[in-house]
Formats: sequence, C-alpha cells, structure tokens
Amino acid sequence: MEWHRRNVLGLSDFHPEEMEFVIDTARSMEEVLTRDIKKVPALRGKTVVNLFFEASTRTRTSFEIAGKRLSADVVNFSSGTSSVTKGETLLDTARNIEAMKPNILVVRHSASGAALFLSRHVSCSIINAGDGANEHPTQGLLDLYTILKVKGKIAGLKIAIVGDILHSRVVRSDLHSLGRMGAKLWLCGPAPLVPREMERTGAVVTSDIREAVRGADVIIMLRIQLERQKTAYFPSLREYSRRFGLNRDVFSLAKDDAVIMHPGPINRGVELSDELADCEHSLVLRQVESGVAVRMALLYLLAGGSHVAH
Amino acid sequence: MLLIKGGRVIDPASGRDEIGHLVLEDGKVREFLTGEAPARFQGKVISAVGKWVVPGLIDMHVHLRDPGYEWKEDISTGTRAAAAGGFTSVACMANTNPVNDSPEVTRHIIEKAHREGYANVFPVAAVTRGLEGKEMADFSELADAGAVAFSDDGKPVENSLLLRRAMEYVRPFGYLILSHAEDSVLAGGGAAHEGWTARKLGIPGIPSVAEEVAIARDILIARQVGGKLHIQHISTRMGVDLLRMARRAGLDVTGETAPHYFTLTDAALEGYDTNAKMNPPLRGEDDRMAILDGIQDGTIDAIACDHAPHEAYVKKCEFAAAANGIIGLQTSLPLSLSLLAGGKVAPARLVELLSAGPARILCLRGKGTLAAGADADVTVIDPEVEWEFGPSDVLSKSMNSPFLGWKMRGRAAATICGGRIRHVTIAGVTADA
Repeated sequence: MEWHRRNVLGLSDFHPEEMEFVIDTARSMEEVLTRDIKKVPALRGKTVVNLFFEASTRTRTSFEIAGKRLSADVVNFSSGTSSVTKGETLLDTARNIEAMKPNILVVRHSASGAALFLSRHVSCSIINAGDGANEHPTQGLLDLYTILKVKGKIAGLKIAIVGDILHSRVVRSDLHSLGRMGAKLWLCGPAPLVPREMERTGAVVTSDIREAVRGADVIIMLRIQLERQKTAYFPSLREYSRRFGLNRDVFSLAKDDAVIMHPGPINRGVELSDELADCEHSLVLRQVESGVAVRMALLYLLAGGSHVAH
Repeated sequence: MLLIKGGRVIDPASGRDEIGHLVLEDGKVREFLTGEAPARFQGKVISAVGKWVVPGLIDMHVHLRDPGYEWKEDISTGTRAAAAGGFTSVACMANTNPVNDSPEVTRHIIEKAHREGYANVFPVAAVTRGLEGKEMADFSELADAGAVAFSDDGKPVENSLLLRRAMEYVRPFGYLILSHAEDSVLAGGGAAHEGWTARKLGIPGIPSVAEEVAIARDILIARQVGGKLHIQHISTRMGVDLLRMARRAGLDVTGETAPHYFTLTDAALEGYDTNAKMNPPLRGEDDRMAILDGIQDGTIDAIACDHAPHEAYVKKCEFAAAANGIIGLQTSLPLSLSLLAGGKVAPARLVELLSAGPARILCLRGKGTLAAGADADVTVIDPEVEWEFGPSDVLSKSMNSPFLGWKMRGRAAATICGGRIRHVTIAGVTADA
C-alpha cells in the first residue's frame, strides 16, 4: 500500500489496512531493535523536534530513541525551558521552531485539537504525541500492536478499559484502533468519569468492574489522574481502589489467558495491585517496546520511506 | 422628507401588514398612505416594490467593545455593521474597559454614538460594580445617564442574595435586569456543550443544566420579589420550557435567543472550529428544535445576536484557549429570515422578534413601530435576494463568524435611522452622510 499522509494527528480517519501497514512497518523496525547495532541510516539528515508543552518523560524518550535509531537528529523542546512561560502563543512557538526547518514535529499539548490546529499553520509533518483529552494515536497503535503480538488477532476479543475515560486520550485512540479492528470494547469507571455518550462508539459503558472484566481477553487499566481533576469526580483513592482497582479477585473473572495493559505510569495499589502489575499476565513492558517500534515506523513513513528497510 | 413607496409595510405593533407608502419627516414617521404614491414629493424617494418595510430592527444584545477594546470593535464600526445588517438600534453590554458601571462611561458611549454612530446605541450598564458580583452599581445615576437596562453579561450574578436585592431594589423604579444565566460552578471550566461532540473531541463540557438551574433560580427570585426579569441568550430546551412556565405563572419574565442557537448545533465544532465557540455553547439538535418551538409559539420575545467581536489571534489558537463569541450583526437578519421557510413563522412574528419585542422589553419609546409619530427608524428588507456572506462583506473590525462563506437569502436593502439613510443597496439611492 502507498503511504500518503503528511501528518498523524489521530486515528479517527485511519482505515484498518492503514493501521495494518503501520504495524507491518513496526515489525520490521522491531527487527532492527534486535540487532547488535540498533541503528539504521533511514532518516539521516532529517530533523525531528519533540515539541512538548506538557510534562512527559516516557513518550518523549520513546520518540527520541525511535528517531535516533533511524539516525535522525532529534531535538527536544519542552515548555519548562521555553518562551511558552513568557506568554508566547502556541502558534508563534511552532512557527519559530518551523523556521529552523525540521522535517517532523512531534507535538504534545494539554489542549484537545492542538496538533490539528498546528497542522493547518505549519508545513512540516506533525505527529500528535497526545493532545488534551482528544487522541494519542501512537498509543492507540502500540496497544493494537502489542495485543496482536500476543493474541494474533483483535476481532472478537473482549477488551475492558478501566479508569478515567472522560479525560483519556488513550481511550479515544484505542476506540479507533481496537474498535475498528473488531474488538468488543467495555468502558468502565466512576460514572462521572465514564460519559454515557461514549455508548455511541459501540462500546459498553459500565461502573461495574466485575462485569467489565468477566470473560475479558484484555484489560487496559488507565492511570487515575488526580492532577487533571480540578474538582473531585469520586470520593478518594481509597474508595476508587475498592471499586475500580484491578486485583487478583477481580482478575480471576477474566479469561485464563487474559492480559493486563497500562499506558503508564502506574499508580501501584490504586488502579492496579502491586502483584498484578508484575505478574506474567502483564504486558506493560511489552507495550513500551512496541511503542519504540511503532514510533520508528511512523517517523520513517512520514519522512518519505516507502518500503521497509531490511 | 423621505418617501418609501410601494413596499409591504409590516408593523405588528399597529397591526398593519399591507402594501403602501411610508412618509418620514423631521426624524418621525409622518403617515402611511395606500393607493397611488404621491406624484410630486419634495424629498428623497426609495422604491420598496417587492420588499418589506418594517420598523427599524433592534438588537438588544451586542458588544461594541468601546471603550477599552477598540481593536476588536468600536462604536463606529460596530454600528456600521449594525446598519448594514438592518439594525437601527443596538443595546451594548457593560463588559467594556472601564466597565460601564459609571455615568461617565454610559455618557461616553451615548455621546460617541451620537457623533460617530450609524445606529442608535442604548447602553446596558452593569448590575454590579466592575462586574465583580460584590456590590450593586448605582442604578439610578446610570439610568439617568441613559442606561436602558442592567446586566453583568459575560458572567452571571452568582450571589443569589445580591441578585435578589438588586431585583427587589430596582422594582419600584421599573428598571430591568438582563440575566446571563449560568451556574459557573456547574459549567466547571467547560468549553463546549456537554454532548457527544465534546466527548468525542475531548473538550471539557458545559452541561445544559448549568444554564437551566440559573434560569430557574433567576425566575424564582423574580417571583419572590415580584420583579421583572429578562433572560439572555437562551440555548437549551429546558431553558425555553422554564421561560414558558414562568409566563404561564403570570410572571413578568422575557427571554431572547440568538440566531446561532436556532441555526447551528455543537456538530459545528468538528475540526475544533474556534469560530463555533461561544458561551452559552452551541447545543444539541433537540435544543435547537426547542428554540425553534419557542420562537414559533411566542415564548421567546426577541432575537439578539450577542455580537462579540474578537481579533484574529484570540481565535487562531487551540480550542480551549480561544475566546468565546462570534460577530453576528450582519448575519442575524438573513438567518432569522430562514425561519420563514415552511411557513411556521410569519413575517409579522419575525418583526416582533427583531424590533417590536426588544423595543417593548427595553421600553424604548418611539421604537419598534411605524405608527404615525414614531421615530423614523425603518428597515427595508429584500427577503428574496440571494448572496454569499464573504470576508469582504464584514464591516466589523473582527472576522470571527462561523457563517463566512454561507449562502444567505434576504438582507437589508435600506436602513434608515432617525430619517437618515445609513445603509442602502437599492440602485439610484445614496446613503446620507
């Protein structure tokens, strides 16, 4: 298949074949990561700028490593060290960076729609590394890739996503990636954090974690983000953990070969019990591995690579 | 002297809807004539054949941004846009800088409008000093300076006791409080209607209930003190229902909506269009239908566009950071005319909503009617002309409209304010200086 995209802003308009194409490319990239010298010259002379307006270590590091494995020059720009704190607008900042002629901007911002907005005003490629509560497309793809590795398929799987659905960009991307591939999705969390409107996606909405987990093939636990909440959506972390935490007892309702995922960072003992976080069912670290491969694939495709580098 | 001949004169205040000729003299309506037009007429003549001749349109809710934000709009450009849109009068909100909470600001607006305006400007002064919601403004002094009503528009009067006292205090003087009905705690920092679109786009929601509890509260306070009250920019189904209920209970409560609430829904936010961002937000289709019902059955008293000009850069940014509001004076009439399609809203009812209604609510003497002796404020409407609202049409200083590029039907062919032609598109007729 031909790759025509200039940007990856979200998965809402990705066709299943397109996602499969990215995953195929990611597979080849992962092969590079098994080599002794984990670097190929595919993006030599290209510049990737990580434009992060919101704190993130793992996603930024993942993109940075992905770019470096492909020999791109990777520059990190984060708001703490920038003019953003001096009141510069998002657009001005992006245009300033663009004037330095990067090939790809990897953007993270706390406002939904920020990546789309920038894509309308700059000419280099943009990868959305998370915009507010809208999308986190590389997470959606790496979740898809990780599940495919273990389960070999998506169609027909029962996948429960548990936590703060309302504020989660991971959910909005997973709904496209996993949903479009035929998974049966269940969204679970405290009622104020699981909007009923989400039923329109075809997902089942519930506040009963046992119901969500029963017979599930995959359970994706979300970080409960207290820092995002200006007002309380539930009484306390203690109460949350009791109702919505995944522990041995609840997990026993899932299929025997069920797997546990988490986009990280984990609040151990809150949404996920300590023992489950490290058990053989946990795919958390494999998600991180897949993440580098998927990001390499997208950087490679956006920089104009048409066939896979072997 | 000005003769407007051969038009369909629609004046619900005097029960008139017939073809005839209108004679204006010395800033007043002199007479209405039927039959042959006067053969020799000493003065300008406008042919209004095939057009409507209606009392000058009144928009009771605009932001002219003057004083203090003249880069967004000023009294001259704002009233120029008003005249082009068919409006001969506008009521401007108090969230200027300084806030219109003193007679000096009220007088500044009136005097500047007198010098530079293309339409009558009726200032609305603040309910609370500095719009801070803490102390009442000096109502009588402001009214004497020319304020026609009081509103903290842009934000609600959150303190229920303060609102109660204000409504109670002004009741004996007949002053009117216009309410921006919003429970800001329930609105919770949202940026779009809490519905599917906001959920999908990951935009924090403003639930309908944030408007509804505030409307209910305001109506119940009005009931408690026997005061009168006007609800601004109603956007929800329950908001319309509450107004209907209040009226049935015999309360002196009126309400307005804006063209965008009966024209658009939150679906317009797709792609994070910041020109579809305003407060209250665009609601769902069910709300839009309820607004249409309210317009049709007489529950809603006025259409007011909430003209809210903003410079490009406060809209050209990420959605959450974008300013609220859109310009509306030049699109209000054509969008309202679209209500005629299907015959559910009659032309006379439309004139009610755009002229007689607001004149009655704000007690603007001599406005909202074409009866002999009324002010010579007249709008000639071409209800059929098809045109496209493009950037070059915008007379406002700001371009923040979701309707740019829209195909419109109908617009003002001539706007006459105090007997002076302030806007005209009829061949052979020129505007007065």
